[in-house]
Formats: sequence, structure tokens, C-alpha cells
Amino acid sequence: MISRISSFWASDIGWSFRGSPVAILSAIMVVVLLMAALFAPWITPQNPFDPSELNLANGFSPPLQENPFTNDFFVFGADNQGRDVFSTILYGLRISLMVGVLAVAFGLVLGVSLGLIAGYVGGRVDSIIMRTADIQLTFPAILIAMLIFGIAKGVAPIEYRDQVAIWVLIVAIGLSDWVPFARVVRGAAMVQKNKDFVLAAKLAGQGPMTIMFRHILPNAMSPILVIATISLALAIIAEATLSFLGVGAPPTKPSLGTLIRVGQEFALSGEWWILFFPALTLLMLALSVNSLGDWLRDALNPSLKS
Amino acid sequence: MKKPLLVTAAAVALMTSSAGAETLRWGLAGDALTLDPHAQNEGVTIMLQSQMMEPLVSRAPNGELEPTLATEWAIKKADPTVWVFKLREGVKFHDGAAFDSEDVVFSLNRARSQASQMKGLIASIAEVKATGPHEVEIKTKGPNPILPAAMTSIFMLDKTWVEANKATVPQNVAAGEVTFASTNVNGTGPYKLVSREQDNRTVMRRNDDYWGMKTFPVKVTEVVFTPIQNAATRVSALLSGELDFIQDVPVQDIQRVKSNAGLKIETQTENRSVFFGLNVSDKLHGGNINGKNPLADVRVRQAMSMAINRDAIQRVVMRGQSVPAGVIMPTFVRGWSKELNTYPPTDVAKIKAMLADAGYKDGFSIQLDCPNDRYINDEAICQAAVSMLSQVGIKVNLNATSKALFFPQIGKLETDFFMLGWGVPSYDSEYIFNFLYHTKSDAYGSWNSTRYSNPELDSQIKAIAAEVNLEARDAMVKNMWETVKKDAVYIPIHHQMLNWAMKSKYTVTVDPDNQARIKYFSIN
Repeated sequence: MISRISSFWASDIGWSFRGSPVAILSAIMVVVLLMAALFAPWITPQNPFDPSELNLANGFSPPLQENPFTNDFFVFGADNQGRDVFSTILYGLRISLMVGVLAVAFGLVLGVSLGLIAGYVGGRVDSIIMRTADIQLTFPAILIAMLIFGIAKGVAPIEYRDQVAIWVLIVAIGLSDWVPFARVVRGAAMVQKNKDFVLAAKLAGQGPMTIMFRHILPNAMSPILVIATISLALAIIAEATLSFLGVGAPPTKPSLGTLIRVGQEFALSGEWWILFFPALTLLMLALSVNSLGDWLRDALNPSLKS
Repeated sequence: MKKPLLVTAAAVALMTSSAGAETLRWGLAGDALTLDPHAQNEGVTIMLQSQMMEPLVSRAPNGELEPTLATEWAIKKADPTVWVFKLREGVKFHDGAAFDSEDVVFSLNRARSQASQMKGLIASIAEVKATGPHEVEIKTKGPNPILPAAMTSIFMLDKTWVEANKATVPQNVAAGEVTFASTNVNGTGPYKLVSREQDNRTVMRRNDDYWGMKTFPVKVTEVVFTPIQNAATRVSALLSGELDFIQDVPVQDIQRVKSNAGLKIETQTENRSVFFGLNVSDKLHGGNINGKNPLADVRVRQAMSMAINRDAIQRVVMRGQSVPAGVIMPTFVRGWSKELNTYPPTDVAKIKAMLADAGYKDGFSIQLDCPNDRYINDEAICQAAVSMLSQVGIKVNLNATSKALFFPQIGKLETDFFMLGWGVPSYDSEYIFNFLYHTKSDAYGSWNSTRYSNPELDSQIKAIAAEVNLEARDAMVKNMWETVKKDAVYIPIHHQMLNWAMKSKYTVTVDPDNQARIKYFSIN
């Protein structure tokens, strides 16, 4: 493990990382937020979704002030139900990150598989897959996600809606961002499939699956990594947007977007902290993941290497 | 010299019209469902109609009964089942036809007819007859001392006009029917209909021949009524000056409206109590717990009532805009008293002891059904209740849905624990007992979803309906309230407050029924 880290540190990418304060800062931020989300149940003063831990008398406590009725104290204040805003943010962060990561994973698997097939098989299959991708690109991703979400909501029985909402959200966002993966992989597959090593593998009697995944895919790894990182930032924002519009994570399992939606009800009546802190957290998360993606793209791009 | 004269004339005309024109732009969450006065018993519908049509007796904003198309009414000395109404003379409908006893008989019979949705309010009427051009006698099935109070939303129509336009049968709104009377108005009221586009805009102009021009302010000359569904949009429209008057400011926006120099807020306790109902029968709809329904035990119900911290709900969820309640009866209803309205302070140790005493030391689980678009902050109140109950070990699973799903659910008794709000249009306790406490049956207890059935109380409910001696009746009512309060069938939460926001130039008394009548608006 240590030798791996030190070899990364010594590599080209490691060198580029050391030279980029933005990348270092972003990486620290991402790690801090990840840790906060992972260990939320141990760090937070309360579980904001266990009603027995809430006290309505704490409702609307401002940040860093003692509540005159209960003498409780909240770093980021408390919301309308007396929930600690700091705790809701960490729990919301878990949902946001989980949805983001799983949605990207789903989009990645789907996009990579379709891209490989399109590039390797070619012909009519290629046309169908890539034209579908083109058509899908003409719609904004958020619109597609809303469409899928709307259909799923209509189909699911009322009592299961809250439970399936998160999974629908993952599928909806994943389905809306598979295209960039497919395009990159298809390009790589088309270039590689006529190369000698692929022909040799074919002659050796290996099946198309092995060739696609073992021989062609590794050549497209670095662009996939870059796209995945940038997609993660976009997916987190897409999830927040959907939840903000009220079609995403339910209030019983809120993500950062849901918290922002709830908080904005109170923003104009003076309780700014219910909106401000979740919004700031979302900003930091999206910004740091995005900058990390940008840096990775530059670092892995051979044409930018001097 | 001709030109200056013309200019002066024009200027004078302009001045008089602008001095005389006082337009009130009025925004509300929903629109009236129809203009036919006997087709829907629904708040906004009745409110819009009441600007143009009138009952015999109305309820003034101060809660008193007010002579309207009838000037006097009394029970006939010789027969306690007959009410005699003396009608106002010289009243004309908007089309110029005179108002007389023929119209009253016709209108009341129309309101009593099978297709009418108002028939439940005046079900006690047996016969209506004209005993003179300006006198009618109403015979009831048994003595009914509170009949006039039940008639305040039964509006009078012109018999000739209705018959000429083939609208003698009240419109069937549910079937999507459209009749002449559902889109046109010929009333006696202070405003005439100018134009109406359903769910979009209704314009009314002052009826300068109105009989009450000297009795009421009637200062507004034109009313533009616009439904705007979203509360935030409605408040923004008021703040930006597009509206002059709205009736339902969200509690979190009250400060914003108050801090605007040109606007003010008038407040009043609403004629509506909000409470939780409990299934007190032997069987839980959601399945019994260890073979029993914990809510059937009065100790459990009392403990749950004690667990609801009403003061915290008032301060935080309602931001002070409510009156915590110990009884499910608004403060101005006959029968209300300070003693009845007391509620126990929340004492967790005591509640846990009570639950342990009832055999629920470790609590139990139950579902709470709640509307999320009916009462002020309904869902937030339910969420607060969930956390308050879970602190004493009762695990509550909240099911908050739209009123369209919620009301059928409690109507079909598919709930064990639910939220409900109740207004009392007759301002009398009997109305609450009839609908909410009497054993659920055809004529009574239609909103009693608690399965509460107390034969002794049922006979008392029937007895107060026939009791003519008000003092004896009040004593009976007090006794009945003490019984149901002890039985803790409902858990009272609070009485809602009304917040009407308007331009500062208006002087208005807020109507506890949330029924704004523009004729009472005066302008400074």
C-alpha cells in the first residue's frame, strides 16, 4: 500500500499533483467530506431522522446561540422541527454522495458496454446505439431524469414511493449520463480493433467478450477515469436539482438538494441558516470534485505534457 | 369658448369617475366551484356568492346574527315548531324584479330539494309557506331553536328569473353540468356580476340600488377576484401591488408583509379547531397489537394527549399564530369555557407511568394519517407530534398525503390515528356533537371516524336538539363536553388564526369563518 502511494507520488501524475495547489486543496476537501459522510452516525450530535431525538422546542435555534427554552446549542442552528442542521447536512451528504457514485457507476457500466459493442461490432448495431445516444444528447439530462422519475413515481404504489425514490433517482441520473462514456469507448474500440494484438487474440480463438473487456477496454481507461470524475460532480448537482424540484430524495431521507428546498421556505423570513449551510456544503462538494476532475484531465492528457 | 367647456366637462367626468372608482383586487388560493347557490356547500363558493346574493339572516363579522333579507324572526307563540320571518320591504333583485315571500318559499324549497347540496343544513325544515307578501312561516320537524343560525348560507333567488331560465333544479357539479344559474347571477346583494372566467377571474361591480347602501360601508365599487394557487406567489403579488387583499398569509411571511409600509395584517382566531382523532374501537385498522387496540384504553389516549406539547407547536410550528386547545371547539362557540379549554402540561415521566399502567411499558407502533395541503402547517404539526410521541415510546409512522386522498381514507374508516380540522358554522356545540361524537349512523356522526359510541351521549345529543330552554340546554351541553373530554376521544391541538393582509387604507373586521364580505370594507 505504502509503496503504491510512494510510487504514485513519484510518478508523472504525482508530480503534477504536487505542483497544483488547487488539486491538493480539492483532494483534501473531498476526503474530508467523504469521511464526514462515512462516519456521520458517530460524529453528529443527534440522528436527525430519529424522531425521539428531536425536541420541537429547539425549532429555529440560530447558529452558535443557546436556545433560551432548552439551553441546547447548535453550531449551524436548528431547523423548523428542532433538527440540528449540522447533523442533517452530514446525513444529507451521505445520500448525495451515494446517489452520485452509484449513478455514475450505473452510467459507466452502461456506457462502456454499449460503447464497446458499438465500436467493436460496428455496422447497424453501431448506428442504432450511437444514433440513440445522439438523440438523447439533444435533451437536457435533467429532463430525461425527470421523465424517468415521473414514470417510476406513477407506477410505484404510494407506500413504496419513498423507499424506491433513491433507486429511481440513481437509475434516472445514470441513464442520462452514459453517452460520454459510450462515445469515448467506441472511439477507442474502433481504433484498437484492427490492431495486430487484437487480430492475434482473435486468431488465438478468444471470444469477443474477452477481446472487448481484456484487450480493448484497458486502452480507454484514462479518459474513462476523467469522465467519471467530472460526471460525479455533474451527478451530484443533477441529484440536488431534482431533489430541489421536489422529485428527488424524499424529506424522510433528504439529500443536500432536499435540505436546500426545505431551507428556502424559511430564507425570506429570517432563518437563513437552514438554507445557507446545506447550500455551502453542496457548493464545496461539487466544486472540489469538479476541480479534481479538471486536474485529472490535464494530468492525463499527453498533448499537455511538456 | 367651446373647447375649454368640453375640457372642463371631461375633467369633471374624469374626476368623479376616479374619485368614485375603488377597485379591490382580491387573491385567493382557489375559485368558487359554481354560482348556483344551492349546488355546493363549500367555503370559497359561498363567499364569492355572498357578495352578490343574500340569505334571510346572516352572520356579521362580530359573530352576531344580522337581519338581512328578513328584518325580524321569532318562534310562533302558539306553536314552538314554527318560525315566523318578516321580510325586508322594497328590496329589488339585480334585474329590477321585487323580492317577496314567493321567492323565499321557492328558494328554500330549491335548497331543500334532492339535488341541492345545502339540504343537510336545513334538514329540520318540514314546510315553508308564505303568509303574506312579506312574511313566511317555516315549520320544522320538532322544535328547532337554532334554525336561523343554520340558514346563513342559504341564498335567495328570484323565482321568475330561475323559472324563465330553466334552472329550477340545482346544478349537479360532480357530473360537470352547466346551467344558466351556475354561470349567471340575479341576486339582491351589494355586487352585480360583470364577467366571470372560472379559475381565472371574476369581476363584480357595485349595485348602487342595494338596500343596505346606508346600513353598510359598501365603499368598494369594483371587485376583481383572482384565484392564485401558490401561497408564495400570492404573497409576492400582494407585496408587488398586483393584489389589494389576500386571506391566507403563510405564517413565515407575516413579518415580511407587516414590514411593508403600505400593507397591514388583521388577525382573528378562526372558527376552526385542529385535532387528532383516535380509533377507540376494539380493532385497529392497521392490525391489533398483541390482540388489543391500545387506543381503546382511555389511559393511553390521555397519555398521548399529554405528550403533545401544544405550547411548543404554537411557538415554533405556528410562530405564535394559533391558540392552544384543550377542547375541539373554537373559542366563540356556545358551550366553550376556559375550564374546558385547559390542557395538561407535558410531563414525560408521568406519561410513561400512565402507559406502563395500561400495559404499554415499551410503547407501541401506530400510523398517523395526515393531510399535507388542508390546514395551516398540517404536515409540520404531524411531524412534531411524531417526535413528541416517540419520546414517550410510541413509535409513529407518518403518512402525509394530499386532501384528495386523505379525506376518503378517514371517511372509509381506513385509519386509526388522524388529523382533522372542524369549523362550526352554527356557532353551537350541537353541531360538533352531531358530526363528531354521535355514533356513526345515517343521519348522525357522519365525520366521526373514531368509532366512539356512547348510547347515553347519543340520547343527550338528541335531547339538546329539542330543548327550548336555553339555560337547561347549556347545562346539558356542559355536562356532555365534560364526558367526552374525560374520554379523550380526540386530542385537541389548537384553534387556527386567520391572517388577512391588505392595503393599509382598508378597515376590515376579520370574519372568524374566513368569509370576507366586501360590503363591510371601509376605506380611509
